[in-house]
Amino acid sequence: MRLIVHNMLSCNIRGVANKFPLRIEPKKIIVKEVDFNPDFLKHMIAKIDWKALVDGARSMGYTELPDHAPDTTTLESDESFLRKFHHSLLELHLEEGSLVCSETGRKFPVNKGIPNMLLHEDEV
Amino acid sequence: MANRPELLAPPEIFYDETEARKYTSSSRIVDIQAKLSERALELLALPEDGVPRFLLDIGCGSGLSGETISENGHHWLGLDISASMLNVAVEREVEGDLLLGDMGQGLGLRPGVIDGAISISAVQWLCNADKSSHEPRLRLKAFFGSLYRCLSRGARAVFQVYPENIKQRELILRQALQAGFGGGLVVDYPHSTKKRKEFLVLTCGSVQTSIQTGKNEHDEGCSEDDSSEDEESGMVSMSDRNRPKKRQKPNKEGKSREWMLRKKEQSRRKGNDVPADSKYTGRKRKSRF
Repeated sequence: MRLIVHNMLSCNIRGVANKFPLRIEPKKIIVKEVDFNPDFLKHMIAKIDWKALVDGARSMGYTELPDHAPDTTTLESDESFLRKFHHSLLELHLEEGSLVCSETGRKFPVNKGIPNMLLHEDEV
Repeated sequence: MANRPELLAPPEIFYDETEARKYTSSSRIVDIQAKLSERALELLALPEDGVPRFLLDIGCGSGLSGETISENGHHWLGLDISASMLNVAVEREVEGDLLLGDMGQGLGLRPGVIDGAISISAVQWLCNADKSSHEPRLRLKAFFGSLYRCLSRGARAVFQVYPENIKQRELILRQALQAGFGGGLVVDYPHSTKKRKEFLVLTCGSVQTSIQTGKNEHDEGCSEDDSSEDEESGMVSMSDRNRPKKRQKPNKEGKSREWMLRKKEQSRRKGNDVPADSKYTGRKRKSRF
């Protein structure tokens, strides 16, 4: 699971108010290179919850991201920022670990990079 | 034709390790899935600006459809309920991210993050109640509601479905419209039993109309604009209006006494042996007849 997905996943349990973001408890992280595409990054940046990305990256051991996303003008010119964004969003993989709901503490296990988001009968 | 898988077992049980491998190694299936995925991507009508988009592949299975998405230059997130199928996807080192989940429980994705969604041969599984606690209608509602929310403005969802019957297709369509989607059904090769393929193309309208036509409380569906589909496909555009029942009861008005007398006279002129007309001709019988 990459941070781009973590940034979109919320806790789906019925009745939970604080569903996003899920806290990452990593056990195994790998890095897989992906082609750098600035167009895609600029397209996605508007949809990304920046704080969740920074916190998620930190829990995976990556601390290079700035606390705030830059404005559009800096985005166009600052390639080093885009590279950091690219790396954290698309190249860090959580292979083993869990995603934890902040409100209920429920753990969604991650195995072989696949989060198990199946809810039990009483959570639906 | 073999039994429909949906009638044999729930998807996470039907697609066990053996079946998952069989599915993915069958060149015929791989070929069909690739073609269906290409067509679905076409129907997504993503802007052709060379910018990769982030798509959702619902019921991604072993990643066959996902590969088509990657080949077209987009990033994707796949969701499937069968761990065995997803394991095959991992083995094949697909480029997309994978989630083990049940679409009938809702997608659990933040609003507006997805640029488009496709689903190849998966949504019909929602119509089955595989557990006693399942109610297909509720599951369809959870699915379509959560899908509508996570799609960005103007994004589309294209589902290739194999509905078991008309009722199933209508159930799926109705739930989609109730969730707020507009859209229509695209049928490729409508006259060939073998080649016929159905695609449900759903759009997230950017403007919600508040004035309704009176029959129900749902938004009007926006009709499908691109009639530039290939020549073999027929377009049926639907919105949430009361449609007349497909089967009309035979009209008894045509068989009145006058009509009967006319027909008998015609027959006599032809030279047939016709019983004489009397006060009993065309008399209304008791309901049991």
